[in-house]
Amino acid sequence: MTTTAFLTDSTLCIGCKACEVACKEWNGVGEDGLEWSGFSYDNTGAVGASTWRHVKFVERTPEPGFGGNAGELSSWMFSSDVCKHCEEAGCLEACPTGSIVRTEFGGVFIQPDICNGCGYCVVSCPFGVVQRNEKDGRAFKCTFCYDRQKVGLMPACAKACPTESIEFGEIDSLRQKAAARVEELHRRGMRDATIYDPVDTSVGGTHAVFIVRGDPRSYNLPPKPEVPTVHLKKGWTGSAIAAGLLLAGSLAAFLMEKRARR
Amino acid sequence: MAPNPQIIPGNAFDAAREQRLLELRREAEKHGQVKGGIRPAGAPFPQASPETGYYGIPLLKEPSWTWEVPLYFFVGGAAGAAAVMGAIAQYTGADRKLVRDARWIAAAGSVISPALLVADLGRPERFLAMMRVFKPRSPMSVGVWTMLGFSGASAATAFAQFLSERYGPSLPLRVIENAGQALSLAFGLPFSNYTGVLIGATAIPVWNENVGDLPIHFAASGVGAAVGLLELMGHQKSRALQMLGLGAALFECWEGARIEGRSLPGLDPLKHGPSGVLVRTGGAFSGPLPAALRAISLFTGRERSRRLRRWAGISAIAGSLITRYAWVRAGHVSARDWREPLGIEPEPR
Repeated sequence: MTTTAFLTDSTLCIGCKACEVACKEWNGVGEDGLEWSGFSYDNTGAVGASTWRHVKFVERTPEPGFGGNAGELSSWMFSSDVCKHCEEAGCLEACPTGSIVRTEFGGVFIQPDICNGCGYCVVSCPFGVVQRNEKDGRAFKCTFCYDRQKVGLMPACAKACPTESIEFGEIDSLRQKAAARVEELHRRGMRDATIYDPVDTSVGGTHAVFIVRGDPRSYNLPPKPEVPTVHLKKGWTGSAIAAGLLLAGSLAAFLMEKRARR
Repeated sequence: MAPNPQIIPGNAFDAAREQRLLELRREAEKHGQVKGGIRPAGAPFPQASPETGYYGIPLLKEPSWTWEVPLYFFVGGAAGAAAVMGAIAQYTGADRKLVRDARWIAAAGSVISPALLVADLGRPERFLAMMRVFKPRSPMSVGVWTMLGFSGASAATAFAQFLSERYGPSLPLRVIENAGQALSLAFGLPFSNYTGVLIGATAIPVWNENVGDLPIHFAASGVGAAVGLLELMGHQKSRALQMLGLGAALFECWEGARIEGRSLPGLDPLKHGPSGVLVRTGGAFSGPLPAALRAISLFTGRERSRRLRRWAGISAIAGSLITRYAWVRAGHVSARDWREPLGIEPEPR
């Protein structure tokens, strides 16, 4: 099976939120409140248990050469966020039930019939994607439309995207495409266009690659995401030291008491 | 014309507030802007930038764990430490009653721990899904299996002890008791501290920045609580317990100093705000207070010493409980701080 990926190009996104709607409709994801955030036109806020695609509305004060809008207007960029389907996925490593698996398409999938809602994946995701649905009790996130991919269809969000800002395809060709696209954008004067794909971190790259303009941190994309398993060695070393101290301390204490008794 | 306030349904007329609105209007007319006063949501104009992140919306998700989890950390720590102490006490031929009581603490923990862990699940009826697999790279999986081993062994030991005390000793009971004791020791060692690895090996900055120390910190906390429980059960004369309690308290003093001494922005939740108050309170009850009480008790008369050790025990138990809760709270605060994972310098305090 080929490893598939998303390429989300924020320079093509028009902020229509068709992906959010398509995802919710196809996957039957529940509504999560109708609240005004006060942040641009984004009232969703972040991906979570009931939001598997989320369009970010990045507003900032005008700066020459930044953003595509007229100089006196604030520049405005949109980017559709999604589960990154990490190469080294923290949630998958952490899952104690084996509910979270890697699919034949390379995506990270939570099997809903096995998840028992322990919540350990929630604190193990370096991107803050997985969340427990408190009404349902289980953890949820983007399935990479595993059901659709199984029958050869592209994910609902990519299919619904009217500008092909969300592209779906084989990962290596998409990475090449991303590089070519950024080169083209630079030629056209958008020198701040960059690829977000943390291949040099312990996450080892993602199966959801983004093209954004400016610093990815404005999009809540962490510059150095770490898969939590990198902390295991230090943690278990500490655990072994603790066990040794407890054993040695108890032995010393009771042996000294024994000697004193004699 | 102003509407008659009497006829607005459900809205009591408030002259002062109406006056305030007129003031705001005058100020706005005069200066073109209003300083202070009413700030509607979203004002001033929100910005997403490398300095502010995405409107300051948290990047990480907060733990979904409920109150059962910190309580489980406490119970597991105390029970695991008690099992280890009980086994060593038995092997070194210490007071028989101390061995018995330590076993009872371990047995109580072996019942309460799984109950708490199951209760915290979003789908408690699916607890058995934990036993589908063993994943060495998942501290949660390792922990669940450790807990199951510990619970089975500790419960069997206590049950065999109970039967042989009631109906007289027999060979099968002795075999169960001794095998259970050995296994309880083997599983108790990791069980008393693995929860430090559990929270340390996560994406939450304040936890993973302390991953190397958390297991030792939690083990010391568990020892303090186990010693305290045994002393409350009437073992205020045991010199071994006094030494262990003193050792745990001194380690907690050192741990507190280490936390206070390091100044990383990611450690803020341990020092500031409500979670910082909790961490410091837990630290004071686990470290300096019991250490001082125990130190004084070394130089006082027998009756005075007993009372002081009793209070040291109570303090250590309370400290252990508060410490576990404080670390989980700090994790919540840390997850809400979007600056840390984005590598943005925090605002100067």
